[in-house]
Amino acid sequence: MSSDDRIRAGRLARSEIDENFADLHPPLSRSEALIEADRCYFCYDAPCTTACPTGIDIPAFIQKIRSDNIRGSAHTILRENIMGGMCARVCPTEILCEEACVRNTHEEKPVEIGLLQRYATDPILETGTQLFERAPSSGKKVAVVGGGPAGLSCAHRLSMLGHDIVIFNRDAKAGGLNEYGIAAYKTVNDFAQKEIDYILAIGGIELKNASPLAAEDGLAMLCKKFDAVFVGIGLADSNELGIDGEDLDGVENAIEYIATLRQAEDKSTLPVGRNVVVIGGGMTAIDVAVQSKRLGAENVHMVYRRGPEQMSASVFEQALAQTSGVRIHYHASPRRIVGNGHVTAVEFAEGLKLDADIVFKAIGQKLNADGYGALEQETGRIKVDGHHRTSMPGVWAGGDCVAGGEDLTVSAVQHGKIAAIDIDRALRKN
Amino acid sequence: MADLKTTFLGIASPNPFWLASAPPTDKAYNVNRAFEAGWGGAVWKTLGEDPHIVNVSGPRYSALHSNDRRVIGFNNIELITDRPLKTNLDELRQVKKDWPDRALIASVMLPMNEQSWAKYIPMIEDTGVDGFELNFGCPHGMSERGMGAAVGQVPEYIQMATEWAKAAASVPVIVKLTPNITNILPPARAAQDGGADAVSLINTINSIMRVDYDSLTMYPTTDGLGTHGGYCGEAVKPIALNMVAEIARTRETAKLPISGIGGITDWRDAVDFLALGASNVQVCTAAMVYGFKIIDDLVDGLSNFLDDKAIRLDQLIGKAVPSVTDWQHLNLNYVEKAVIDQDLCIQCGRCHVVCEDTSHQAITDTVNGERRFEVIDDECVGCNLCVSVCPVDGCISMQQLTAGIDPRTGAEITAEKLQWTEHPNNPMRKTETS
Ligand SMILES: Cc1cc2nc3c(=O)[nH]c(=O)nc-3n(C[C@H](O)[C@H](O)[C@H](O)COP(=O)(O)OP(=O)(O)OC[C@H]3O[C@@H](n4cnc5c(N)ncnc54)[C@H](O)[C@@H]3O)c2cc1C
Ligand SMILES: Cc1cc2nc3c(=O)[nH]c(=O)nc-3n(C[C@H](O)[C@H](O)[C@H](O)COP(=O)(O)O)c2cc1C
Ligand code: SF4
Ligand code: SF4
Ligand code: SF4
Repeated sequence: MSSDDRIRAGRLARSEIDENFADLHPPLSRSEALIEADRCYFCYDAPCTTACPTGIDIPAFIQKIRSDNIRGSAHTILRENIMGGMCARVCPTEILCEEACVRNTHEEKPVEIGLLQRYATDPILETGTQLFERAPSSGKKVAVVGGGPAGLSCAHRLSMLGHDIVIFNRDAKAGGLNEYGIAAYKTVNDFAQKEIDYILAIGGIELKNASPLAAEDGLAMLCKKFDAVFVGIGLADSNELGIDGEDLDGVENAIEYIATLRQAEDKSTLPVGRNVVVIGGGMTAIDVAVQSKRLGAENVHMVYRRGPEQMSASVFEQALAQTSGVRIHYHASPRRIVGNGHVTAVEFAEGLKLDADIVFKAIGQKLNADGYGALEQETGRIKVDGHHRTSMPGVWAGGDCVAGGEDLTVSAVQHGKIAAIDIDRALRKN
Repeated sequence: MADLKTTFLGIASPNPFWLASAPPTDKAYNVNRAFEAGWGGAVWKTLGEDPHIVNVSGPRYSALHSNDRRVIGFNNIELITDRPLKTNLDELRQVKKDWPDRALIASVMLPMNEQSWAKYIPMIEDTGVDGFELNFGCPHGMSERGMGAAVGQVPEYIQMATEWAKAAASVPVIVKLTPNITNILPPARAAQDGGADAVSLINTINSIMRVDYDSLTMYPTTDGLGTHGGYCGEAVKPIALNMVAEIARTRETAKLPISGIGGITDWRDAVDFLALGASNVQVCTAAMVYGFKIIDDLVDGLSNFLDDKAIRLDQLIGKAVPSVTDWQHLNLNYVEKAVIDQDLCIQCGRCHVVCEDTSHQAITDTVNGERRFEVIDDECVGCNLCVSVCPVDGCISMQQLTAGIDPRTGAEITAEKLQWTEHPNNPMRKTETS
């Protein structure tokens, strides 16, 4: 059998694929939202708010949904988290706000905070209702490197505070992993770009796409031209397995396949393997496994070297994979990838051997520090303090590229926000 | 199953649940369906003189909703029957014939002249109805024409009309009272003095539900104009209960039988009315909101309750009346403190914030750096606010201090009672020497 047969497009009809990639959690109707909002107890010093990395005042926005004050509700959300719309779709709420909800103690069913957040923010983004104004101009200019959640959040807050911003972004589109990474069924209908349009509409932000900044003296140049610099470049490189057969055809970085998938107009044109083996235990592994299955792969195995508790993918994500038909193997480390030019199987130290037409490596991303060597690192990422200042004066950093984060969209937004507030403080001092 | 057979003023019914005079009793069709469903009796939609009145052909009703659109309160601007008297009389006669074991009461509203009463009462009684209910309560429309609440708000008129009705009727006469007064006792006494066999209460309360947020007119309107309506449903029960209890606990009116009305939705509401002195109850809004089937829960809920308590229905009636008194007779030496069951507490913090913001700063939010809600006995005045707002039933309870000192006041706990009438701070107190 040629590899062309084993890996081909159109395993499912387009209509079937469209259905498989529809909204994972369809939005709430008004009645559903009002009933759900009524379940919120309006807690004091609410545990859900404490659990939200951006500190959204959750009882307050839910209270506003109850009174049909949707604009007020959206403002309560977006003033803490300008990507409240994306976060409503992609946050692993089961380990954040919803895990902390006191309703869990009462009846083991939290308030559906994520869905309510989407209910409040969708209409504002759809109508483009601008809820934020820029402060009078400070005359200061800030460079933001990276147009992902961290960079965009930082830019928006800086604009609100009266500064002018230029974003230098490597990719052809802004949004970072919102645009190229997050599972397609979590953010349908080009939502990432709509959200970016909303964010940029505040004004004062110049976005330069396809403008990577990786030259040795790039950072120093920026520091000269701008009053401050924020670095939010994410993790551009993928970790290697370091085993035999890694360079066979058909062994791919999950992240690259996902990026192609996210950019495909018609997903039925994407090549899919019949037997897919995914190596890794994080969100990327889950996403590539589930999406392969939904594109029509027959057998999808996800293999993780440790147990379910150590997996960084939440219990909800693991369950999603299993209900989508992905078989998860725990405690198995790949020893060797075999094949003749093209991969045919993966062998594991524990004796397991799985047939494979495609192997996706999803064992984590790492910082590509080209051009950022001047910034001190810690555990392989950029070191920052509590205000997201780097070791270099005038340079702040946030998002996945910094040490000590959670590698979530919502954390990246918070980093950008904290840095912007600190940059503002610094710029107003001198 | 406890026996729910009731005899009210000698009128028998299989259970104490009657439908109040209102749309559910508007015509034979509805009443037949109600009796099939198991209702014990019906007070027919109020009859008036011909020519019959006309209703608006726009919205008559509107509701106060919870977020999931449960109807909490209900408002109407409907008048009395809008059908010819003869039609109503024919149907009354037939229904009574078809349902001899059910109570059938004719509600009436007539102008303030004796001839009308002398003319219509015998004509209506001839249909075989078991009794009359005089509608002195309708607070909208009819009151503008000098009837309904316009009569019910003037004790002399109540007495006069009751006398006219009694003179013309040979079956029992119930006087239905309006709550749109400041003190229910003068109207109740007037009914009694006029010879009423019983009173029923409450009718609806003057109300405007809200404004329309688009047009900024009141809501609802008929062609742009609205008028106040009568409020009823669950929200009015506490108001009704107080009025029933006032009549039941006041010496001059204590013997007057009461038919309790206002917000009754499930069997517990009926227990409230019966225990506070009503001998039977009437229901309107709950039937209009859920249909006649609610009678199932009313009947077997009450019956199961009586079985659990091992008491008869007649023993329940008035049982709670002795517990109702004036504020001045409450024991000021009695002390309760809130106690939080930490195993049930879900840590919502509502008790803390309400006590902190609006009461006595008597609940912690942190203990040793941990989120924890505990009552500070030194500050707790025992007000019951936290119990009222806690979302977990039974999580906070009020417990009596029976010995030692109250850490808030420093006063010794004593079994001796102290009423305001004897309290040292009361300048008008009764002293032993006076
Ligand atoms: C497959 C996958 C699924 C995920 N699913 C979820 C999820 O469901 N929920 C969730 O909360 N999180 C999820 N995450 C994590 C989340 O996407 C990231 O934490 C978040 O996007 C980090 O934002 P960031 O701005 O730091 O980086 P990125 O989103 O990576 O953005 C980095 C940006 O910097 C630009 N850039 C990079 N290098 C340069 C350079 N040298 N010069 C200029 N620009 C540069 C890139 O073009 C890009 O726009 C997922 C991640 C992956 C990989
Ligand atoms: C739509 C409507 C019409 C009513 N019409 C009458 C009436 O004709 N005569 C009357 O005595 N009471 C009338 N009432 C008052 C009810 O009989 C009853 O006293 C009041 O609604 C309180 O009871 P509830 O809370 O169970 O509805 C009416 C109430 C409603 C809601
Ligand atoms: S913890 Fe749950 S109930 Fe409490 S405020 Fe948050 S969402 Fe509402
Ligand atoms: S009973 Fe009143 S004073 Fe005491 S703790 Fe509760 S709310 Fe506070
Ligand atoms: S209101 Fe009830 S559940 Fe909430 S913190 Fe207080 S005691 Fe606990």
